[in-house]
Amino acid sequence: MAVDTAGAPAVPVPSSDEALLSVRNLKKHFPIMKGVFRRQVGAVRAVDGISFDIRRGETLGLVGESGSGKSTTGRVILQLENATEGKVLFEGVELTETTGNKLRAMRPRMQMIFQDPHASLNPRMNVASIIGEPLSEHNKAKGPDRKKRIEELLSLVGLEPKHANRYPHEFSGGQRQRIGIARAIALNPDFIVADEPIAALDVSIQAQVVNLLEDLQHVLGLTYLFISHDLSMVRHIADRVAVMYLGKIMEMTDVDRLYNNPKHPYTQALLSAVPVPDPEIEASRERVILEGDIPSPANPPPGCPFNTRCPAAQERCVTEVPEWRELEPGWWVACHFAETESAVLIDSVI
Amino acid sequence: MTTTEIKTVLDVQDLKTQFDTQDGMVHAVNGVSFHLKRGEFLGVVGESGSGKSVTMMSLLRLIPMPPGEIVSGQAYFGDDDLLSIDLEKLRTIRGGRVGFIFQDPMTSLNPVLTVGYQIIESLRLHTKLAEKERRPRAKQLLDLVGIPDAETRLKNFPHELSGGMRQRVMIAMALACDPEILIADEPTTALDVTIQAQIIAIVRDLREKLGTAVIWITHDLGVIAGLADRVVVMYGGQIVEEAPVAKLYSNPQHPYTEGLLGSLPRLDQKGQELINIKGTPPNLYEFPTFCSFAPRCPYVMDKCWEENPPLMDLGEGRKTRCWWDLDNERPRYGS
Repeated sequence: MAVDTAGAPAVPVPSSDEALLSVRNLKKHFPIMKGVFRRQVGAVRAVDGISFDIRRGETLGLVGESGSGKSTTGRVILQLENATEGKVLFEGVELTETTGNKLRAMRPRMQMIFQDPHASLNPRMNVASIIGEPLSEHNKAKGPDRKKRIEELLSLVGLEPKHANRYPHEFSGGQRQRIGIARAIALNPDFIVADEPIAALDVSIQAQVVNLLEDLQHVLGLTYLFISHDLSMVRHIADRVAVMYLGKIMEMTDVDRLYNNPKHPYTQALLSAVPVPDPEIEASRERVILEGDIPSPANPPPGCPFNTRCPAAQERCVTEVPEWRELEPGWWVACHFAETESAVLIDSVI
Repeated sequence: MTTTEIKTVLDVQDLKTQFDTQDGMVHAVNGVSFHLKRGEFLGVVGESGSGKSVTMMSLLRLIPMPPGEIVSGQAYFGDDDLLSIDLEKLRTIRGGRVGFIFQDPMTSLNPVLTVGYQIIESLRLHTKLAEKERRPRAKQLLDLVGIPDAETRLKNFPHELSGGMRQRVMIAMALACDPEILIADEPTTALDVTIQAQIIAIVRDLREKLGTAVIWITHDLGVIAGLADRVVVMYGGQIVEEAPVAKLYSNPQHPYTEGLLGSLPRLDQKGQELINIKGTPPNLYEFPTFCSFAPRCPYVMDKCWEENPPLMDLGEGRKTRCWWDLDNERPRYGS
């Protein structure tokens, strides 16, 4: 039972009964073309064999550094990119095999919130058209119903009905993100991929938007995949967290276990690098300072993807890809030495 | 106890900078005063548009003029007022006695020149090193900021280096001439956390070795918690609070600082409620005649709309620009 790069069929799976969405050995490789004849000379392994479930009503945090493949994961799940290999199951329906009108009929149930509220809203459309577009596209509401629904959505995200006739440039970043959120929830989706929804916002505005996302989750029963590099915010909003590195998931479990007692050396290093706004804690904190940078996903190292930077790396890490295994119920790790002392880099990450 | 007075290396008084734009006058910096002592690490915190970058750029007259204009102020660096000395002299200070690190290491390095050339250029302009001493010194600088295989790296172009490496090169360049002050403008914002941790470790280490005074501009209260000696909080082009680092975090004296700390999620806390600061940061088209935080402030009173509070000295190095006494829950008039 090993997830190896050749794509062995037997994939161990972190399953649960109430999975809304399941990802199985998902891969997305972007070809690298070269020369006059555009021959493929390699591939960027953006997502390289990941498996997990998202339970109904939960928030799964997907964290990692830039280039780790977290955004691509979100896009492939929503079928905005075709998967190279593997499956995405939404309530048992295999999205990777679904196309055309069938897929289109599924789309209202899964939506996306984008990172940049400046680039993701059409500057030539007013707010009513932006929020109303999904309603018209999927024939959900017309005429007065549509207008009523738009007003309802605006008030849900904390904007006023009078904002409907304005254009995106008239709003601040935080308000624009609210418009993007209103558009995402317009069709009553079950599942939302939020791709760095607060990264472009000012610090004092981030809390507003996160609180809004939490409120909407309670009111509408939403399930989130919350993609972020902000580990402090993920601790706040997520129920479970998956840590990605170079296209693979290194560790996944519920927030408390992950933040209190991370098993994977990468998770430990990542968490210990996050500054805490408290001078006393900062003064006494232990840190794992990783050397070097994240390797290129076009040329990942053999064995464990983290072996080039891991302070605990041994020979086996270079030769053998660690198995994605369940260490304890609900606690998944991809490290050969996760249960041994040698994988413990520091006593406490905070 | 002998408290030898530590020399002040930079003393800024009443700096005002504005920009004449199509939409009207933007009052970016509205009377900023602060000082920096030798070897001190000063954190400057604020959101985008708070005026933190423009303040520092104004000091070295790096803002485009026009549309920018430094309306008033003095900035004493030793005996020289940086805002009034002639440009020739200012040029010897920029990049020499005052080093600058910018946020984006890609746009602040010249893409068509090698890293080595750019470091050596700064050594040529600002030091008395002989020509053949410059290259070894450049290599030494790259070693200092933890760049492996420095000899080869000197021959690299900026695009051949990763973001973290480029930022190290920027630090090496800023340190090239043993500056008395290092101004770092969001130097780790564009970097991943593990790389940020590397850079912070380097800066901390260098500070101990070289004793350079540092001004570190950031929007991230986390980053400077472990670095700064003293912190200045900016909002709407003004300093709203100033305090020694421990006091600022444990007992903020301005509602904005308090709100900011309350809205920050923390790695070490679970189930914490994030406090909203309602509303949005001010636009700067009007010069503040009332408190610029008043529209968002939970403690707002009539007085706040009538008069912009001065930066009041509370003792122990703490200052706040607020009419409301947070600790005693009563107005603070006439102090």
